[in-house]
Amino acid sequence: MINKLSQQIIDRYQKGFPLSPTPFKVMANELDVSEQEIIDCVESLQQTDVVSRVGPVFNHKKAGASTLVAIAVPEHLLSDVAEMVNEFKEVNHNYAREHHYNLWFVVTATDSKHLEQTLWSIRKKTGYPILNLPMEKSYHIDLGFKLNWN
Amino acid sequence: MTTHLNEGQQQALKCAIQEGLPIDSRPYLVLANIIGGSEEAVIHCIEKWIGSGLIKRFGIVVKHHSLGYTSNAMVVWNVSDEIVDELGEQIKQSGLVTLCYRRPRRLPDWNYNLFCMIHGKNRDQVLAQLDELIESCQLKDVEHDVLFSYKQFKQCGGRYHNLEKANSHG
Repeated sequence: MINKLSQQIIDRYQKGFPLSPTPFKVMANELDVSEQEIIDCVESLQQTDVVSRVGPVFNHKKAGASTLVAIAVPEHLLSDVAEMVNEFKEVNHNYAREHHYNLWFVVTATDSKHLEQTLWSIRKKTGYPILNLPMEKSYHIDLGFKLNWN
Repeated sequence: MTTHLNEGQQQALKCAIQEGLPIDSRPYLVLANIIGGSEEAVIHCIEKWIGSGLIKRFGIVVKHHSLGYTSNAMVVWNVSDEIVDELGEQIKQSGLVTLCYRRPRRLPDWNYNLFCMIHGKNRDQVLAQLDELIESCQLKDVEHDVLFSYKQFKQCGGRYHNLEKANSHG
């Protein structure tokens, strides 16, 4: 169960984590608890896998090259192909979706040449044609959205 | 010590923070010691990256799945090129989606050019949100498809900065 302090920390600090030498102390003052309580709470949120990390979300466009890829795979082979794809360290999100194109993943690389090479290798390794759907324009990205605790 | 980091230190800092800050009373000092710079310079550099937009958000990164947000649908639309940007903005304004992108069509296999993502605690909640979106942005007659996810094979932050290093070692 998520306790009150955890909720407060998440609600307040999905963005705007303090850039002070003692950020957890700043949070402690703001939330009226001790610094140690904040540190323990954040550590426990990470250990229980509620929080993956405290840190930056880089802008994909500015930090390198990335694209969304889809493959149509026979259902009984989906896990095997997904595993093949996961072996590429350039793949960071990989989902099964309800569609003829049922395997969807994001590929990120240092630059466009490296990205093309990776896509070529994935095509070769899996043996399936791929849909390469790079972002042309971003209207909105907000995975730090307000959570509903009920 | 200087308040600026050189190119190599900046690269090392990117590498060090992409997996998350150390949970320590002085996290920036720990990072400074790793990369061989000052605490002040580390903070200054992160501030600069946030200002330039290289870092679009700096804070707690939640695993939505662990908090019960187990349902997510990618909704894809076939919108005429003339109005796609306007519609993208409208969808963003609705506040009902977490992501909204334009991507290329790949005819004849794929004819959708506008993508958005709806997150919710269950399928019904996501579908109700989609209905609301269709209503508020007048999307009733726009060809679309709803792709619910049903299995997560991998989820982690993009790792650009250690790739280079990894490649240069073979």
